[in-house]
Amino acid sequence: MYDWLIIAIPVFPLVAVLLNGLLGSRYSHDIAGRIACSSVGLSFAAALVVFADQLQTGGVREVIAYRWIFGGDLNINLAFLIDPLSCIMLLVVTGVGFLIHLYSVGYMHGEEGFTRFFTYMNLFMVSMLLLVMGNNYVVLFIGWEGVGLCSYLLIGYYYDKVSAAKAATKAFVVNRIGDAGFLLAIFLVFYNFGTLDYTQVFAHAGQLSPKMATAIALCLLVGAIGKSAQLPLYTWLPDAMEGPTPVSALIHAATMVTAGVYMIARNHTIYDLSPAAMTTVAVVGGTTALFAATIGLVQTDIKRVLAYSTVSQLGYMFLGCGIGAYTAAIFHLMTHAFFKALLFLSAGSVIHALGGEQDIRKMGGLSKKIPWTHAVFLIGTLAIAGIFPLAGFWSKDEIMAHAFVHHHYVLYGMAAIGALLTSFYMFRLTYLTFYGRPRMDHHRAEHVHESPMIMIGPLVVLAGLSVIGGFPGVPPEDGWFHHFLHPSVAAGAAEAHGVGLGLVVGLMGVATVIALAGWGVAHYLYSARPEAADQLAARAPAVYTTLLNKYYVDELYDRLFVEPTKKLGQAWDWFDRTIIDGLVRGVGEMTEGGAWLSTWIEKHVIYAGLNVIGYANHLTARAWRKLQSGMVHHYAAIIVAGLFILVHLVVVWWTTGLSGFGVALK
Amino acid sequence: MMQELTYAFPILSWLVFLPLIGALIIWVQEDQDLMRKSALGVSGLQLALAALVFKDFVPESPAMQFTERLAWIPALGINYHLAVDGISVLFVGLTAFLTLLVVLYSWDTVRIRIKEYYIALLVLETTIVGIFVSLDLILFFVFWELMLIPSYFLIKLWGGGAERQYAALKYVLYTLLGSVFMLVGIVLLDLNYHDWAVAHAIQPAYSFDFLDLLAVPIPVDQQLLIFWLIFLGLAFKAPMFPFHTWLPDALVEGPIGMSVVLAGLKLGTYGFMRFSLPLLPDAATDSHVVMTLMTLALVGILYGAIVALIQPDFRRLLAFSSISHLGFVVLGIFALNFQGLQGSLLTMINLGFSTAGLFFIAGFLYVRRHSTDLSAFGGAAKQVPLLATFLLIIGLASIGLPGTNGFVGEFLILLGTFQAYWLFGVFAVTGVIFGAAYFLWYYERAMFGPLSPNLPRTITDLNAREMIIAVSLCVMIFWIGLYPSPFLRMMNGSVAALVERLERAAPTAASTRALNVKRETSDDIRPGTSSHVSRLMSHEKARL
Repeated sequence: MYDWLIIAIPVFPLVAVLLNGLLGSRYSHDIAGRIACSSVGLSFAAALVVFADQLQTGGVREVIAYRWIFGGDLNINLAFLIDPLSCIMLLVVTGVGFLIHLYSVGYMHGEEGFTRFFTYMNLFMVSMLLLVMGNNYVVLFIGWEGVGLCSYLLIGYYYDKVSAAKAATKAFVVNRIGDAGFLLAIFLVFYNFGTLDYTQVFAHAGQLSPKMATAIALCLLVGAIGKSAQLPLYTWLPDAMEGPTPVSALIHAATMVTAGVYMIARNHTIYDLSPAAMTTVAVVGGTTALFAATIGLVQTDIKRVLAYSTVSQLGYMFLGCGIGAYTAAIFHLMTHAFFKALLFLSAGSVIHALGGEQDIRKMGGLSKKIPWTHAVFLIGTLAIAGIFPLAGFWSKDEIMAHAFVHHHYVLYGMAAIGALLTSFYMFRLTYLTFYGRPRMDHHRAEHVHESPMIMIGPLVVLAGLSVIGGFPGVPPEDGWFHHFLHPSVAAGAAEAHGVGLGLVVGLMGVATVIALAGWGVAHYLYSARPEAADQLAARAPAVYTTLLNKYYVDELYDRLFVEPTKKLGQAWDWFDRTIIDGLVRGVGEMTEGGAWLSTWIEKHVIYAGLNVIGYANHLTARAWRKLQSGMVHHYAAIIVAGLFILVHLVVVWWTTGLSGFGVALK
Repeated sequence: MMQELTYAFPILSWLVFLPLIGALIIWVQEDQDLMRKSALGVSGLQLALAALVFKDFVPESPAMQFTERLAWIPALGINYHLAVDGISVLFVGLTAFLTLLVVLYSWDTVRIRIKEYYIALLVLETTIVGIFVSLDLILFFVFWELMLIPSYFLIKLWGGGAERQYAALKYVLYTLLGSVFMLVGIVLLDLNYHDWAVAHAIQPAYSFDFLDLLAVPIPVDQQLLIFWLIFLGLAFKAPMFPFHTWLPDALVEGPIGMSVVLAGLKLGTYGFMRFSLPLLPDAATDSHVVMTLMTLALVGILYGAIVALIQPDFRRLLAFSSISHLGFVVLGIFALNFQGLQGSLLTMINLGFSTAGLFFIAGFLYVRRHSTDLSAFGGAAKQVPLLATFLLIIGLASIGLPGTNGFVGEFLILLGTFQAYWLFGVFAVTGVIFGAAYFLWYYERAMFGPLSPNLPRTITDLNAREMIIAVSLCVMIFWIGLYPSPFLRMMNGSVAALVERLERAAPTAASTRALNVKRETSDDIRPGTSSHVSRLMSHEKARL
């Protein structure tokens, strides 16, 4: 009976896309904003009903909207799956999405492209909902590329800026590398199972050979790496910050970039079969978590710091998946959606207050002037740094504890260092933005203003969620969250219970100490002794420059892949124009020399009417004579003549039994 | 013998000759406006007729439908035999659709020799519809050759480029060259039939009729010879890499209307599915043939995409992207399984909306700047937002974004290719990345960024006529992308019959398809047992 309601979840924003996209220019921004927000609000309400139903009845619900692609042994429905995992994703996507939509009404107020912005945002919601609700790989893939498209459109929202346009193209193309991997995974799944429906694939996954399971899992991982901006395909995400800030919050922090984590959790049945793939996921995640955190240490753009932080936090989620802690990974996905959306949106509020300034070297001392923004940003920082008992503490600690308990000490070490760095760069960001001496110019300083209620409201709600968002997952490994999600991601032996209470508390203590240490160092460098940071940078200039330039990875990729491809294109283009075309021209010129011959042939061959085609050709051509120059006629005649000779030869050969022809050709 | 369905009136003949009648009507007109209106009326009527064919077409059926058969030259066994099945029917509609749009496009963009232009265009339509509905090989060949005449004049007389004379000649010479071989192939088919007919005392003694030829066996070595001969004809026309060199010239130098037809109607690859595969199944499944063609296709995909990447001229870029897309089509065909063939067929139709659609867009650009070169644009989205939007939508369809038609076709092709020869599938998938790169990079430089000083502030956004063209294309793009069911149902019956015919052929070449056959016969889902999986690995390693 809820089937239509489930289908309605993505349809609400779709209707808004059509309305605003086709008719948006006929009505005011105000109405467009209302349509956009209420459509997402309705989706959220529907998601709540579906969630409540799921709580009561449990189980898995599959809904088929219609038959999409079919033929032979292939049948792909546009079908949806509602289970605990998709319920959590639905709530995060629609809930956080709704708050960000509300905020955007304020943030984008007065923009010329207001309606366009909301059309893209709603289209994003449609795609993201298809992604998390799809009941087979292909519906997931529509969402998967759909969110990529919306990301492209929204990064390029200020399309007249060259940097935004470049960032958009880069995001799409890099994502497509991942998508290609994902497509291969789909083909492998079909090869092995003859179907692409989750239910049937996972039911029979046990019969996969370990090799094949590894192949599928690794191809899926390529897709996940692209979408979730992990090493080595993370480079598009920091550039994606060219989009308006609500976009960074919604797409490049809370939802789209977590799609890779969702996809791995969804396919945990296949991953569980392949220890090699699991290890790869964990190593990719752990390395990315640490790597991105180091870059985050020195960035000076408020949004770029948060972007690297997102890459790093996604690394934690991958790490969680890789060590079998799927629940913890999804838990972190959820809390991260809360506090990272909060951080981005409050960063947006800061940028809004400063009239577009994003450089933290030109901020400082804002805590008094924009107290609400300051308060919620601080809550976000505390949450991401993992300060007890905020949301980030529980989820991050659970991943780290899981790594430790299951003897992944190296990964644990990477995560722990990453956590220290996270705490440090986040407090550094907070100090530089809100405390100390104001460093903006006089004109800007005068105009600093708190954001309107429609922006502050969602910030307060997200701050609240960042505080309490971790409690569903308490106690670790045994909270409500774990029990709810258990049917979706039960990973057999991987989720162990009954770890000693002492160890759990001990690890929590260590995590807290790490977080506080990061805070302490940041406090020392950026508050107590503000000149110390520069001294430190001056003492190790090579390290500092390397970090500031993001390890020169972009430059490296440019040299290794982009430029050679363009060179290859140029070389082949030259080949095409010079060699292939040159040959043809040469032949053409030779033929022209024999014009008299062709005239003769025209008279004697075509008029002879030996060939129906030639005759018909000629009759038609005669009607056209006044229009044409005559040359083609001659060539045509030559060819028709040649054709006769060929046909005659073949007939002669055939009748004289010279049939070794075919064999020779073979 | 294949089932044939007839219809209440000779609708296919009407479809073939209505444009010709239209051409005659225009011939006697004096008023230019009336000429345009006649062309519009005739192509509108043509589309309505095509819609009627679609409406009364029996889906999921392998039968030849709307059959018409008259003896033409009985002594040689040449018939006037028209019919459509799931393989050809969609092309008839596509031809009518594109011609109508070309007429609309040409309304005030063609300013010289208007009478001759519309006559040429409608004669071209007659010949193309003729190609798609002919079931007699000679009749097919006649239309195939006749098509060159209006094409030649369209490129030569209404082309915009300085080299249009050269381009027109090159196009005609190339196609004629291929046709010579094809004709020889056709004659050999007839001779083989004749031998069989004499030996088994069947009448008629000669036949070029597709259905007659289908019924007689052809020795494998003859099949190979004929296959390669016909291949040359089709490959030149398609054009397949490395026979493609006429295409960039014809598409860049010719008028937009001609480029739309050349890029949108994939006659060459249609020929593979219509004639080569069913008539010569042993040759088509021969492992050397398959490997050669798939290699050419793969090289074409990557070559086209990478060369397209650096083209500053949009039409040249589109020409190379066409070569790349054509590689996908050929790849899917020679996967020789259901998904591959179905995907190729659908992609041929899709290109009629996406690539041809992009040529319309190129036309919109050309009308505004008399160039499609990057240097003429830059930041144009600000000035012409609607044009930029449609360019993006159609472009995304051409690079296969899910939700658009391009995805459904490309996905099926890649799926089919991967099932048949996974390594080809892996390499072909990289074409997807290059596709995004060449299109979006051009888009970024032409449409995004600050408004270029080269761009006059006087250029205007799409007018009503252009909007009709762009919107109709987008409707088709999303229809096939989101709800392809009616289209798939129309083609499925014939594709299934073709797959069955190919599977009965050439046991030697069927090593991989054995897996597919196995799948189709087992009614349960086959979980990938380890033996099944390792078989995949060993098979592929052995072959590649």
